[in-house]
Amino acid sequence: MEDEKHLENFQNYVDAEKKIEPKDWMPEAYRKTLIRQISQHAHSEVVGMLPEANWITRAPSLRRKVILLAKVQDEAGHGLYLYSAAETLGADRQMLVEQLLDGTAKYSSIFNYPTVTWADMGAIGWLVDGAAIMNQVMLTRTSYGPYARAMVRICKEESFHQRQGYEAITALAQGSPEQKEMAQDALNRWWWPSLMMFGPTDDNSPNSQQSMKWKIKRKSNDELRQEFVDRTVGQAEAIGLTIPDPDLKWNEETGHYEFGEINWDEFYNVIKGNGPCNRERLKARNEAHDNGEWVREAANAYAKKKKSKAA
Amino acid sequence: MSEKDNWPLWEIFIQSKPGLNHKHVGSLHAPDAEMAIENARDVYTRRSEGISIWVVPANAISASSPEDEGSFYEPSNDKVYRHPTFYEIPDGVKYL
Repeated sequence: MEDEKHLENFQNYVDAEKKIEPKDWMPEAYRKTLIRQISQHAHSEVVGMLPEANWITRAPSLRRKVILLAKVQDEAGHGLYLYSAAETLGADRQMLVEQLLDGTAKYSSIFNYPTVTWADMGAIGWLVDGAAIMNQVMLTRTSYGPYARAMVRICKEESFHQRQGYEAITALAQGSPEQKEMAQDALNRWWWPSLMMFGPTDDNSPNSQQSMKWKIKRKSNDELRQEFVDRTVGQAEAIGLTIPDPDLKWNEETGHYEFGEINWDEFYNVIKGNGPCNRERLKARNEAHDNGEWVREAANAYAKKKKSKAA
Repeated sequence: MSEKDNWPLWEIFIQSKPGLNHKHVGSLHAPDAEMAIENARDVYTRRSEGISIWVVPANAISASSPEDEGSFYEPSNDKVYRHPTFYEIPDGVKYL
């Protein structure tokens, strides 16, 4: 079926910077890669609500509380845009949700770290959303049309997420000595996991090359990670916080920051399910799903009743 | 899989302001059209993106086939006289 001719046409089409749409012919591996990537991305948005929801009831002011609520609601929305994009490739929504709930699907490891102080809300918006934006801005130009369009919507909303986080951590960094310490502590804990969000180094990322060829990805993990470091160092300095990396230094020649070695053992360990909160996140997600059962039942009963009245 | 887990898929179209077309923005699952509209409001118009929402059952949409793209649109390709630029007008003539 997948003869050379089809593959060649497909590659030429992609190389010409044309978007692939749901009904177009595509290699099976392209479809599979996208379903995996888009659904993992969707799961990350959904699980990403949990660490922040932890602080909604304890936000320090009404202003911070409404902001956090709006942000968490956006994450739910992002999950839905992405599931919707995955479905255009023939994926079944219910199956994707089940894969998340039974632990067979992956989501971004960053959400397996705990949010222990209010400063973590600042650090997540600033660093975690900041790192996600690097990746997502690249994906607005991905070769699959529905994914690219979902990314455009998401990127518009992420910019609010990052700015509110930076504002929140700035408030702490410029506050009392205790507040400043709290801000620095959050940066210390979130810095390295944020760098890990870009994935393994290029020489340890076997699937990247094919994804680049198909223009699903347009920049390598290491390129994106470097861009993130280059952008973020100045943002930390501006509010008097210190990046927790003794090896961090500006390289005049390359025009980039050099940074220390990432702890890849920790990275792979968290992916394998042994991070601080892997079990807790899955448990919370399953409980939320189960506790929502009556809502889904009520919605069905209501739809049925209306239908029978109309008949 | 039970019925409650298998809500139909709706394609969502949003009109961003009066006078413009409704434009496709994505899809979502809902038990009926009314709830699909309410969900579409929450999913697709959190920042004043729209003033009107259409929801259409995804399985009610029929689409042309991308493989036929060439031959399907071919009949109009050689009819250049359908475009105003086909016609030559003497220099200096205005408002045409």
